[in-house]
Amino acid sequence: MRTCLIVDDSRVIRKVARRILEDLGFDVAEAADGAEALAWCRSTMPDVVLLDWNMPVMNGLEFLRGLRMEPGGQDPKVIFCTVENEVSAIREALESGADEYIMKPFDSEIVAAKFAQAGLA
Amino acid sequence: MKPEDRELVAQLCAARSGQKVDPAKDYLLETRLGPVARREGFDSIGDLMAGLRARREDRLIWAIVEAMAAGDTSFFRDRAAFDYFRDVLAPELAHRRKDQPIRIWSAACGTGQEIHSLAMLVDDMAGQWPEARFELFGSDLSERALEKAQTGLYTQFEVQRGLPIRSLVRHFEKVDEMWAISPQIRQAIRWRRLNLIGDMSRVRGFDLVFCRNVIGSMIEPAQRQVVENLAAALNPGGKVLFGSGEDPVAGAEPLVPVDDAPGLYALRSADRAAA
Repeated sequence: MRTCLIVDDSRVIRKVARRILEDLGFDVAEAADGAEALAWCRSTMPDVVLLDWNMPVMNGLEFLRGLRMEPGGQDPKVIFCTVENEVSAIREALESGADEYIMKPFDSEIVAAKFAQAGLA
Repeated sequence: MKPEDRELVAQLCAARSGQKVDPAKDYLLETRLGPVARREGFDSIGDLMAGLRARREDRLIWAIVEAMAAGDTSFFRDRAAFDYFRDVLAPELAHRRKDQPIRIWSAACGTGQEIHSLAMLVDDMAGQWPEARFELFGSDLSERALEKAQTGLYTQFEVQRGLPIRSLVRHFEKVDEMWAISPQIRQAIRWRRLNLIGDMSRVRGFDLVFCRNVIGSMIEPAQRQVVENLAAALNPGGKVLFGSGEDPVAGAEPLVPVDDAPGLYALRSADRAAA
């Protein structure tokens, strides 16, 4: 089963996303910030990361840049899932190595569509 | 809704647009007709129907028929069709029609997501065949849908359904809380209100027609009329792409399926020779 790491400081968002991703057939893990997520990836590299932007300790963009420097860190698909919805922010995420981008609020249909676009259908 | 009102709506839809409406689907009818009643100044759908019976006003009839015809749509809906266009149909057309415009028509374009998706693909491919000149057309039964399509303005929810993020960044600008497709894409498309079972004698010269998720919800005589109209609108060698699972050919119709391409139909050889 493919694994998805949900990285978001909101427990509610992680819970909602977990339900959607489990329905899509993913084995789900959770992290509450970028640092926790990076530690998780160093021990077990997931197939995909659903990533919030604004988080304490280490934000999503810092995590993404760090992940892509790790051995095997180029492999996971990274899908941002954030309230940041300006074109400049989206461009910055893509230039830093994001594969897709979800603008909150989201629902199961949007998540499924974005995962399909990232080749994870 | 009263059973006789539901029956009347079903009859009007069949007669005006060829659409098959199941009068038993009370919820669907009420969902679609509630906004029409409000827009037209009626207190309820019952009042709307009473007004319709009293006045038999053409404008009101069309408001109801158009509301019932509105379908679900999204950017790059059924992505495989767009991949096939990009990888097979567009290169073939660019090669075959070197000195002539390549005319592509989204025959029931709704709020524009399908034809805008095609326009984005054409724009992305522009460098591959600098000499190819694509002309894009969108038509729909619904004036309201066409008005929205022509604005090129979509909500955040709409642009997240089917549109890859790189296409969003490349072809859209954020305007307040909406997303506006670039003027270059918007201006590449010509629009027209068109009833596919109506008089289409002046609709001619197309190389590729997208007519997906339309005929599957039509009564059989209307299906045949649409197939005949679309076939007549094709250039020699032209093709029609129907939705997956929509089979328009039940005998001697003028279109035949193209092997190995789900939903793709071409003129029968005899029609091609006569064209």
